Order: sequence, then C-alpha cells, then structure tokens
Amino acid sequence: MLDSNVILEHILVPKHEILSKTQVEKFLKENKLEESQFPGISEEDPVIKAIKAKKGDLIKITRDSITAGESVYYRIVY
Amino acid sequence: METITKKVASVEFGILNPEIIRKMSQIRIVIPDTYDEDGYPIEGGLMDLHLGVIDPGLRCKSCGARMVSCPGHFGHIELVRPVLHVGYIKMIYSLLKTTCSSCGRLLLPPNKLQTYKKIITEGELTDDQEIDIIAKAKKAGKCPHCDKKQEKIKLVKPITFYEGEKRLLPSDIRRRMELIPDKDLALLGIDPKKARPEWGVLTALPVPPATTRPSITLETGERSEDDLTHKLVDILRINQRLRDNISAGAPQLIIEDLWDLLQYHVTTYFNNEVSGIPPARHRSGRPLKTLAQRLKGKEGRFRYNLSGKRVNFSARTVISPDPNISINEVGVPKPIAKELTVPEKTTTWNMDRLKQYIRNTEYPMANYVIRPDGRRKKVTELNREELIEELEVGFVVERQLKNGDIVLFNRQPSLHRISMMCHIVKVLPGKTFRLHPTVCKPYNADFDGDEMNLHVLQTEEAKAEALALMLVQDQIISPRFGSPIIKGDEDLVSGGFLLTRKGVAFSKQIAEKMLIKADIKKMPKPDQGDKYSGKLLFSALLPPSLNLEYKSKLCQNCKECKKAKCPHDAYVKIKKGKLVNGIIDKVSLQGILLDTLFREYGPEEARKFLDNATRVLLATTMHIGFSVSVEDTMITKETHAEIEYMINDARQRTNELIKEYEEGKMKHIPGKTMKETLEDKIMAILGETRMNAGNTAAEHFDIANPIMIMSRVGARGSILNVTQMSATVGQQAVRGRRILRGYRHKSLPQFKEGNIGIEARGFVSSSLRDGLIPTEYFFHAMGGREALVDKGIRTAKSGYMQRRLINALQDLVVQKDETVRDSANNIVQFKYGEDGIDPMKCHGDSAVRLQTGVYLEDKDRDETTADEEGDYDD
Repeated sequence: MLDSNVILEHILVPKHEILSKTQVEKFLKENKLEESQFPGISEEDPVIKAIKAKKGDLIKITRDSITAGESVYYRIVY
Repeated sequence: METITKKVASVEFGILNPEIIRKMSQIRIVIPDTYDEDGYPIEGGLMDLHLGVIDPGLRCKSCGARMVSCPGHFGHIELVRPVLHVGYIKMIYSLLKTTCSSCGRLLLPPNKLQTYKKIITEGELTDDQEIDIIAKAKKAGKCPHCDKKQEKIKLVKPITFYEGEKRLLPSDIRRRMELIPDKDLALLGIDPKKARPEWGVLTALPVPPATTRPSITLETGERSEDDLTHKLVDILRINQRLRDNISAGAPQLIIEDLWDLLQYHVTTYFNNEVSGIPPARHRSGRPLKTLAQRLKGKEGRFRYNLSGKRVNFSARTVISPDPNISINEVGVPKPIAKELTVPEKTTTWNMDRLKQYIRNTEYPMANYVIRPDGRRKKVTELNREELIEELEVGFVVERQLKNGDIVLFNRQPSLHRISMMCHIVKVLPGKTFRLHPTVCKPYNADFDGDEMNLHVLQTEEAKAEALALMLVQDQIISPRFGSPIIKGDEDLVSGGFLLTRKGVAFSKQIAEKMLIKADIKKMPKPDQGDKYSGKLLFSALLPPSLNLEYKSKLCQNCKECKKAKCPHDAYVKIKKGKLVNGIIDKVSLQGILLDTLFREYGPEEARKFLDNATRVLLATTMHIGFSVSVEDTMITKETHAEIEYMINDARQRTNELIKEYEEGKMKHIPGKTMKETLEDKIMAILGETRMNAGNTAAEHFDIANPIMIMSRVGARGSILNVTQMSATVGQQAVRGRRILRGYRHKSLPQFKEGNIGIEARGFVSSSLRDGLIPTEYFFHAMGGREALVDKGIRTAKSGYMQRRLINALQDLVVQKDETVRDSANNIVQFKYGEDGIDPMKCHGDSAVRLQTGVYLEDKDRDETTADEEGDYDD
C-alpha cells in the first residue's frame, strides 16, 4: 500500500476536497442540483481513501485545464 | 381518432409449443400444392383461403376481409414423425449431456441440487454458478439418482446425435426432453413454463400466412411462388410419402431415410445456410431464401428495412463545380426540379399564382393538388381545367421546385454538423448538382465523381428553421477552430496574388469586364493614369468602411517591420475599404480579412465577399493566364551542380560517421544504442541535405515561377514539393526508418550485406524531373506503398472511433447554466469545455461566453494553447 500522503503529493493527482454539510447544501441550492445528478467516484478510489471521505460526501476537485487554466469538478462518493 | 398508448414493460422469449401452434392454426395443411388449373386456391393447400387472401376479388375464409384488409392467418402441418429444430440444437445437445438418459434428472448429486435450488428460490444464480452446474453435470459418468451409466453423447454436425455408437432419433430425443423435470430445468437457466425443451423437437409446423409469402403473377400469366412456399411444398410432399410408407409397413431403413429427408427440408426451411448441409436450391440453381435469410445480414429485414429507412422528396446525383453561383446556392438539374415538389397552401393571395402552376403545361408546373379532406389528385392534361375551377383556399398545391426554394444538401459520411447545410435552389440545365467550390471543404467533397443528396423541405417551420440555423453563409466559421472553414483556396489564392501584386494594371475595358462579375456597375476612378490597378479592383469587393492592417503570408519576418514600406509588399493595409498596400494571399482569403468581414459586417457581407472574390479572382487568373509546365521545374546547370555537391558532401559525412561508428569512437545518445545513434545522425544529415537542396533550388527560381507563386502564396504545394520536383526526392522511409527489408542485412540484392551507405538504404538523390534510377524508383515505391496503406488503415480506424464517440456523446446538451448534461439530466461537465467558451464566436485573442455571448476581457482568460487551425485536410 502506498502512503496516502505520497498519493496526494503526486504531480498528476489534482486537489481533492471534501465539502462540508453547509457547503454542500449551499452548492446544491444555488445550482438547483440533486445529489443523484453528480458523477460518482468509488469509495475504493485511492485518493478518496487518502482524504478519508465517506459514502455520500461531495468532493470538489480542482484540476489543471488546457482550456481554462483551472477547472472545478464535483463528484460524489458512492 | 382515439389512440391508446401503452408502454412496453418487458419482453419475453420462449419456444412456441405445439399446442399453441395448433391453436393459432386456422387450418391443417395437407396438400402439397397451391392453385388449381383455374388459378383458384386449392382447399387444404398452401394457399388455402383460410390463410388469408392475396388475390383481388376473393374473401378470406377466416376473417371474411378482402385482399388488403386481411392480415393473414397461420395454418399448420402435422409432422408424421418429430424433427429437430435447427435453432435449438445447441440447447438439446447441452441438455442431453447434462441429464440422465433413463430418469431425466440433472446429473448432480442430491445435496448439490438442494443448495442450488435454495439459491434459486431466494434469487438468481451467478454466471459462474451456471457454468459450474453445466460443467459438473457433463462430467458425471453415472446418474446419482438412478445409478444408470451415462453413455457419451456426440453431435455429428449439424443435426445428428449419437449416444455411444447408437443413433438417437428425434423421437428418442423428444422422449428424453420430456423426462427432464421442471425443477431441474430451472437450474439450467430454462424457464419450463415458456420453453419446455421437448418443444425444440417439432411435431407440428406452423405455416405462415399467405401474405407473408405472396405468389407473383408474371407477365406471361404464369404464377411464381415464394421461396417459402416452395420449401413448404417439399416438406408436405416428404411428410406424405413418409406417412404412406409407414402405413404400408415399409422397412425401418426406408422410413429412416425419408425421416432424414423430412429433417433436411425442415432444417433448410428455417435456415438455408446451415454449415454442413447443402443449401436447398431453386430449379434455376439459385439457393432458396428461407426464414433466417429473410432476417439476416445487410439485405435482411433488420438492416435493410428497419434500420435503413428511405425518404421522399430527396434526390441524389453527381456534383460538379460552378464558381458563378453563390455559396448559398445549389445548382439543381432541371429534370430533378421537375420531379421534386414543394407543397403550397392556397390562400387568397397566392391563388392566382397557384392556378397558373396548374395551368402550365411545362416547367414550373403543379404535379399534385391535395384537397382539404386529404384526397390527392395528380394534375393531368384531362383534369387541368377542372382542378383550376375547384381550387379553393385551404387546398394544397404541390408545385415543382423552382429558384429560391429552400433545401438541405448533404454528403456522406455526415461526420459534422456542416456535412448537411441549407442551400437555396438554382435550377440549371444539365444533370449534375452544381456546388460553389469553396463549400467543398465542409462537405469534404471533390468532383472526381462524388455524389450528394438533396432534401426538399416540406413545411414552413422546417424551412424557417433550416434558413435560420443551417444556411451556408452562417457556417463560414468552423465551430471547431473558430476560424473560417468556407474560404477562398487554391486558384482563388493564386488569383489574389496575380491581381494585387505590384504593377498590375488593367485598361478600363478589362476592368469593367472583371468588376461586372461582382455585379459592380459603378466604376471607381482610375488610379494609374487611365488604367486601373489590381489593388483598386480588389478594393471594390470590400465594404467601404473597412480598416485593417496585418502581415500576409509573404512576410519574411524581417527583424524590423517596415510596415507599409515592406519591400515584399507583404504588409496588408486596408484603409476605408481601399487596399492601399500588400498582396492578397492565403492569410487574407482564409484568415483575418474573411474573419473580420464575418464578425464585423455579418454573414451576409462575408458571403458577398466570397461570391464576388471567387468570380473576380478567377476572371483575373483567366485574363492574365496561369499555368505550370515541366519547364517550370528546371534549374540551371550551376544550381544542379551545387545540389549535387551537397549530396556528395552528405555522402562523405555519412561515410565518416560510419567509419567512426565502426571504429567504436562514436558517443551514443542517452537512452539509445550505438546503432540507433548512428541512424539518427545519418537521418539528420540527409534531412538537412534535402532541406538545403530544396532551398537552393527555390532561391534559384524566378519570382514569377508559377510553382513558386503557388507555394509562397499558400495556394497549393509546399517547398517540399518544389524540392522533390527540382532538387532531390530525398530519403525514403518504411516504418520511420531508412529502408532495410526483404533481404538479410541489405535492402536489395545488388548491395553488399551490411552496407549502410546512403544509396543502399533508400536515399533518392535524383529529382522527379530528372527521373529516378531503378533502385531509387523501387525505394520510392516502398515508401509510397506504406503511406498508402497507413492512410487506409488510419481512416478506417479513426472513422470507427469517431462513430463510437458520437454514439456516446450524441445526447449531451449544454444547458443554460453552461453545464453539460445527458438525457437523464446527469451532469457530465460542470462547465462546457471547462471554460464555457464558444470557439465559434471567439475572435483572435478574445473569448466569448457560450450562452450569454458576452465578450470576455482578454485578461479574464488564461493564455490558451488552442491551435488556430491544425491540419484540417488530413
């Protein structure tokens, strides 16, 4: 098993954050979204394990992007 | 009409059981014949009136309806002896092997059966478990329930079974299948309620309705039966013979022979392409098209009839170019215009016009008149006056296609949204669709025999929508790159150069002749004495308020740009719609100028520019004259010698490298072997040599050399093409390496093994004009073939990938909030393209918000690497 910190520090792994309950609520309300509409991410995903996210958590992923410089993506742990 | 809508909840498949076959049968068929001498269907025959009617005037004996309204009804044949159904051979084979020959139980020990049964009552078996059951049962040598020894079952393809040495007759097999208890079948993945295995051995054969296999009457009055009917006749005949022989007490051997024959006929009735069985043939020797053949393959019911829909109001023919029509137009041949129609609803305003169409006896005619009750009447010589008389508001007149009608034009493969665009009809003589040469690009069309499809829009809504969304002039900018895709290319670019280069001037007469092509009737004031400069004529094509400055393709990238005083005339300056400076070339006709016209002045203005530029520039080319001959590739003796010297020098340097390598003095590049290093270095030398030779040749050419003009200006060809024609063809490669194949350590027999000199490994030092020596020619062919094969493979592969991608992405929609969602409203991207920018609306460095259409400040946008155009042609 790789050390979780090693994974998170890797250059190809984008920044993953767990959104707090209030953040999630606000985000869903502002964008009129439901949790079921989000793309999923496995509970078994190494990064998800490393940041200790649980089933149902909404993960905010900030990636480098060729077109936009930086792009934000959201996935829900299943 | 009231309609009942219901949703399909599920679909079930099972085996048709003989009881149902008999129940749904209207009549038992016994006579192997169809019609009697009078042409009347024989009762009890294959065209019995209970099976539905296919002759006009007769009534169905089952439902009483007449020809078209009777849907047809099934009959059946009672088979004297059971026969196997080819489609279930696999299932029967598996069941024979997994069940006991005497008690019919599944060959698994009782405890195992119990555990599996428990799983089944609670849920479903996994795939692995199912495979496991079958594999274990097949291995059992003895029945765990009745201790009977199990003989090995053999399937002699395609339809005979043996148990040990003994033949298993279909009746034996049926008995065996009957023995298998329902509860054991469930473990084998068979639902006994819907598919008892013995139903796979037929005792009764359904006879499809007469409507499924209509007989046709030939011109001679002779009747010709459908292939299925022929097959059913065969089955009935053998069935009867078998019955007669059995009742006459014929020997078992003869009965079995006939039985096998019946089996053959029933098998080929279902599928006439079973491997191992000779296909049943028609008298003419043509194999019969039986049930499976009706459904299978490209010409089968699925691909041909269900997936392959054909449309009305469409036409297809060869395309050819016409630079004199507008890019928005499509030239439609008159014969096609006469066939295609546009429906026009009669109002008080168009009544007279529509009446005129009906009255006309030639070209703009009306083909049909449709009354409000839906009755459609063809306009003929006889009823013309009558139709005019009764024409009222609300009637629809289908008139022939005429100039200005709106159509869709399409070329396959339709990979793009711009593979199908809206055009305006222009009826022309001839037999081909005429297309403006600049719209070849989006369709990827050329005129070497390409055909295209045309669809006539039938409703006002469709017309409005197509005109608003799909009109050619609105597609000038590619949604992929944000730069023009419909643009002046090839000859137009050459024409631009010829017209706008310095010192070109025309007399008033010629200038008028050229400008009238662009429909310009007011002559500008002559600027060269009483003559008109080319730049002045070109300016007439531009909107009067246009101001623009940019560097053209001819720009030499001087250290310090002298702008308007550019010695190469490569600095284009347009002031108040006048071309003051610079030569019009690729950059103008394909890039900045066209782009600016489209964005600042709108699609209409850009279209006008393209239409007019095409005409004027082609007129210029024709007036001045522009041609290429072999002579234009000629270089002087001195230049030739210079190039030869360069190649000799390269040879020498290569030999030195080889020597260095052989002596082991070479230093290898990190990550490469010594040999690879040597190859790299040699390739570099040869590549460099070709480049230098090419440049030397290019420098030598006159500025007016047409080949050089074309490549410099960006019309066609590159410096590489010039090099290959005039200087040297250069290194040929297979798999990205210098050539080495076919022989051991050498490329062709005459070379010494291990010779790695330049000639021995595919360097072609001759030019195409000089001609290649045989070895060079062969190397060139090798490289050429690889390129050709690769191209074929690449297009096939990328085409398939593209299809898969489009299938996966076709339902995705960019929503108002700039998210990309699928049809179930699931989010795929939180912002379209991660930046929410519409490339089609972007111009230069400024980005445009997709949905709002708002320009972003340059600083809001990160430096992007989006490639301006890429290589679209390849």
